[in-house]
Amino acid sequence: MDYQFQWRPVIQALPQLLEASLVTLQVSVLSMGLGLLMGLVLYFIRKSPILPLRAFATTWIEVARNTPSLFQIFIFYWGLGEFGIFLSPYVSVVAALSFNCAGYMAETYRGGFAAVPKGQNMAARTLGMTAWQSLRYVELPQVLRAIYHPMTNQFTWIILASSLGMLAGLRELSGETQYFNSRTFRTFEFFMAAAVIYYVITKIALLVLKAIGWNLFKAERAAK
Amino acid sequence: MTPVFTSLQWSDLLFLLEGAWNTILISVVAIILGSVLGAIIGWLMSLKNTALNLTMMSIIDVFRSVPLLIQLILFDSFVAIAGFPLPPFFSGTIVLTVYTAALVAGVARAGIEAVPPTLRAAARCLGLSYFQELRYVTFPVGLRTAFPSWLGVALATVKDSALVSAIGYVELLRASQILNTRTQESVKIMLLVGVLYFALSYPLSLLGSRYEKKMASNDHP
Repeated sequence: MDYQFQWRPVIQALPQLLEASLVTLQVSVLSMGLGLLMGLVLYFIRKSPILPLRAFATTWIEVARNTPSLFQIFIFYWGLGEFGIFLSPYVSVVAALSFNCAGYMAETYRGGFAAVPKGQNMAARTLGMTAWQSLRYVELPQVLRAIYHPMTNQFTWIILASSLGMLAGLRELSGETQYFNSRTFRTFEFFMAAAVIYYVITKIALLVLKAIGWNLFKAERAAK
Repeated sequence: MTPVFTSLQWSDLLFLLEGAWNTILISVVAIILGSVLGAIIGWLMSLKNTALNLTMMSIIDVFRSVPLLIQLILFDSFVAIAGFPLPPFFSGTIVLTVYTAALVAGVARAGIEAVPPTLRAAARCLGLSYFQELRYVTFPVGLRTAFPSWLGVALATVKDSALVSAIGYVELLRASQILNTRTQESVKIMLLVGVLYFALSYPLSLLGSRYEKKMASNDHP
């Protein structure tokens, strides 16, 4: 092996890489938030009595779950161009990831709502709550507890998937790494640094989410 | 002067199908090899050796906390540095196999641990050797719980195989991009690619949900 590892360019580029990690985090948080909201809407639309709505939600969920996320990013980035819609890399990556996340979350919500006994809703309604109040104050808090763990997994997955932004020209952590790689040709060194940063980011994100969960579900722990 | 862009032809369909075949090829190889490797790791982890488990888990954790795309590029550049560059199919298969194995290991471990210890002890009492018990009792019983999750991993591998395009393997997605560049008819091509991916993945997810329903109705008649 006559290859000389050269880490200096990586160390020099470290501030920019860390700055790009913030873009990664931004994209992930944004996609996760949008995905959570749209997933909930999809879950309700899927149960609606109106067939076209139901078909729409089912198609969304199945396409999101059964095609590669990279393909979904390409659809938003290049596919829409044919219709005259030109999205920036940032918007197309966020759109694709939240499209994907919504599909997965809709299924997760289904499991979450199934975990709440039907009597809860009935009891809430009997006590005079409106349907919305019952959802907001009785069911959703329990659903949130049920889906919290799968949700953290989904978030880690989104952080990792945001690396695909590199292939759509987004300058998040991977894209920035690729940029420096193309200027210095230190492929291994740069991507090694990116791998380490990704590892640290996912670990920190998991820790933070665990801490939030620990605070959110204090009451449940006390009840046990 | 020949035009820069040529329109879509029927022979291009063949090119896409060839890409789809490559997607199937790399996914099937990675799923089979990854499942075997993952099952072995899962079995080793079910032995409850603390030092071994800690090592295994931290290694698996690395594979699950670094994006697959980065792993592919890293491995591809590493073998080139080490002096034996591999064709994209091989480096892609190796990375995808290890990644799949890391996911299967957890599934296999959960499957093995779902088998009641008393059942395993009973099999041993009846005179089965350790490996006979593993083969004829733990494997079939554990498979029942592990199968849906394993299908999920297999499905993920099929979809993740699209990332191997980044190191130059011409699978379905890469083939579609090559056509896109030449014909500039992205919508038709992307739609077709979407349908092909869907046709590959949907049977797997359908099988998974059917199986889960069947299991649920078995447990609560």
